Amino acid sequence: MTWTDQLDTCSCVLLRLGERRFALAAHQVAELAAPSRVFRFAHRTPEIDGVILRRGRIVPVCDIAEQLTGRKLTQRRFYLIATRRQQDGLDWIALPVSGECELIQADLTPASPSDSPHVSAWLSHQGEVIEVLNLYALTPGSPDPGNARLPQPALPEVRA
Amino acid sequence: MRLATPQKSQPVRAEQIILFRASSQVFAISSASVQEVRSVDSLAGAAVEVNESSLLKVRHAIQRGDRNLYVVNAPMHFGLRPTPAALIFLLRKSRVALLVDGIEKMTTMTRLQALPGAFCHEERVWYRGVTVLDQNVVPVVNPSGFLTSEEIALLDAVTSHKNLPQTGASTQPELPV
Repeated sequence: MTWTDQLDTCSCVLLRLGERRFALAAHQVAELAAPSRVFRFAHRTPEIDGVILRRGRIVPVCDIAEQLTGRKLTQRRFYLIATRRQQDGLDWIALPVSGECELIQADLTPASPSDSPHVSAWLSHQGEVIEVLNLYALTPGSPDPGNARLPQPALPEVRA
Repeated sequence: MRLATPQKSQPVRAEQIILFRASSQVFAISSASVQEVRSVDSLAGAAVEVNESSLLKVRHAIQRGDRNLYVVNAPMHFGLRPTPAALIFLLRKSRVALLVDGIEKMTTMTRLQALPGAFCHEERVWYRGVTVLDQNVVPVVNPSGFLTSEEIALLDAVTSHKNLPQTGASTQPELPV
């Protein structure tokens, strides 16, 4: 399949970062969590704000808004808990978002080679063209961003 | 939505830890890796200055037996604002002594979670993982992560011409752990 082909309909989660909307493949989303205390400790990964505790897990918080919109989120935020496949299982990461998220079905158009690495595909929703995010290109410590350009098949461990 | 199975963590086994402060942040270290806890005052006169510009976190060395121990300033190691230190941890089977602000308490942890993969820089060497105590997240330091063997070799070379006064290895420690 070439990048110009149309993909099948795919479940995506729409998220809002400030004034803009983005999408994430639904299979990469575990849940939407209410704002909670961020714990901070010394580290050297600037993209990580701290960690939150979620169902016994320690989940790093990564604000991707600055990369995508040029501004950090300032208003009350939710956390979209996303998953990344790592060598030894799933890695969780909390993405601050501006508000409620929406699960939609949409036809995806794969990203072209000239698109930014953070774009894995495009979708059209209510007259708006929205970037489907490549989480691996936006978050630190990703195993192999190059392999994650297109949405992967649904994982059995996480179910919407 | 249903959640994935919990992230793999170390087997559940209670481990005694010391919670210590460095620049107002709390860290944990395994009690088993700390041989002695001394006050900074008890080592006054026993340490010599080390001036190695590439290793600013090490400012002093003390001699134990036939080896030098290097005193690592914990806040500087973790990139924090230096604060007046009160205690030194002499680490077991190590060439490192750790300068800390103070001890918060000694306690037990039953679960050590791996540092999430998103942390991808020096902290992966600094920490064995993280634990949750009283609804707080506490990083558990890696005792062998304070100085590399190359850094110790460098410090050995820097201090080789200095005569370090012996500290009482077998004298009564302030607080045996």
